[in-house]
Amino acid sequence: MNKEKAQIDYANEVIKIRGLEKSFEDYAVLRGIDLDLFQGENLVVLGRSGSGKSVLIKLISGLLKPDKGTIEVLGLDVATISDKELQELRIRIGFSFQNSALYDSMTVRKNLEFPLVRNRKTISRKEIDIAVATVLDAVGLSHTINQMPAELSGGQRKRVGIARTLILNPEVMLYDEPTAGLDPITCTEINDLINEVQRRFHTSSIIITHDLTCAKSTGDRIAMLLDGKFQRVGTFDEVFNTADDLVKPFFDYNFIQ
Amino acid sequence: MPPFEFKEIVRQCYEVGVRSFTLITVTGFIVGLIFTKQSRPSLASFGANSWLPSLVSIAIMRALAPLVTALIASGKVGSSIGAELGSMRVTEQIDAMEVSGTKPFKYLVCTRVIATTITIPVLATYTAFIGLLGGFLNVYQNEGTSYTSFMQEVFHPLNFIDITQSLVKSIVFGFTIGIVGCYQGYYSTKGTEGVGKAANGAVVTAMFLVFVEEIIIVQLTGFFRQL
Repeated sequence: MNKEKAQIDYANEVIKIRGLEKSFEDYAVLRGIDLDLFQGENLVVLGRSGSGKSVLIKLISGLLKPDKGTIEVLGLDVATISDKELQELRIRIGFSFQNSALYDSMTVRKNLEFPLVRNRKTISRKEIDIAVATVLDAVGLSHTINQMPAELSGGQRKRVGIARTLILNPEVMLYDEPTAGLDPITCTEINDLINEVQRRFHTSSIIITHDLTCAKSTGDRIAMLLDGKFQRVGTFDEVFNTADDLVKPFFDYNFIQ
Repeated sequence: MPPFEFKEIVRQCYEVGVRSFTLITVTGFIVGLIFTKQSRPSLASFGANSWLPSLVSIAIMRALAPLVTALIASGKVGSSIGAELGSMRVTEQIDAMEVSGTKPFKYLVCTRVIATTITIPVLATYTAFIGLLGGFLNVYQNEGTSYTSFMQEVFHPLNFIDITQSLVKSIVFGFTIGIVGCYQGYYSTKGTEGVGKAANGAVVTAMFLVFVEEIIIVQLTGFFRQL
């Protein structure tokens, strides 16, 4: 279940967050977050439901604007760049949504083609077909190419969602609760897929979860988000073996033997 | 700004047309038939049965065809757009488009508004034709008027302002139905409850605005007629 050691370039930060704050009305969700994601690293952000984990990756992808602080992604400050620059930056970021967010009215093929057709104006039909076949093969779902999202299982939808983000060859992957609502076997398959994506596509990833199994099997580092701040950041064992009263209760459920 | 989304606009025009076609055909025909039938006794009391085609023509072309089409489209198309976009919002499909480098507002909203603005006038013209057909069948059954005579009587009282007014109304109604449906859906919140509210809000708001616009355009047309 422990993750194999990945090739991480600690001299190269792909995401650099400093002093990030975000509130919704009077409720401060994030209260001064500092975070670095290094090239080739899988960073798991662990925390309870409602702790602001999903807000963090929505801020990184520019879907939300921060109240304070800076978010540098691939050298660009997401909060201050122009709309055009943000649109171009987003092509370099893959975002896998919690509920997959597949387009209901399109087949799997059309779902996968959509980002390509929109962003690569000169791409040929043959290149599109090859790209679609490659990413579907990578997630092991070549046989679903002509199916509608409603015909897929929860795990298949997650994998197609990941395939859709991979089709633009992103440098950074953001996974929002990739194993939420899935059975243990499918969770293991998704965890393996996340590691496979890291190996095969050389991506750097932030994985948002409250699933300790997912955290242990996919994370090179774990960042524990509680009360709007990262209380602990380190390897799984470093975070797990803490005596910190704030962090320890989270691990006391003994999901992991 | 390119891309102009021609394919999506054509697809949406087709969707709008197909969604409303059957209901508009049935309703348009019945409206024409019933209006003719109900108007006959009043005209007959003045011995003016021969004016029936003209009366039906004026009523359908000036008011009934655009209004009936708009009300049906508000229910069928407006609610559908509201629910579809609302559902896309709550299931994060709109966010997914945004993070994949697509401008969802342009792709989803602009295309639908353009499609309704183009298609509703076409549907209104079709409704007018079907309504007149319903009127003709009733007149033919009762007075035995031939198709040629009926059509001559139908177009005789119509002038440029009538046709323009009908067209302008349909365009305005189409734009309203599209923009209201998209607004309600695109900015829906609160999960599945929000989707229901978006669909309902799209119908109610669009119908209300259609009636308000009807009054304004009729008043404006009255002003132009006096010039």
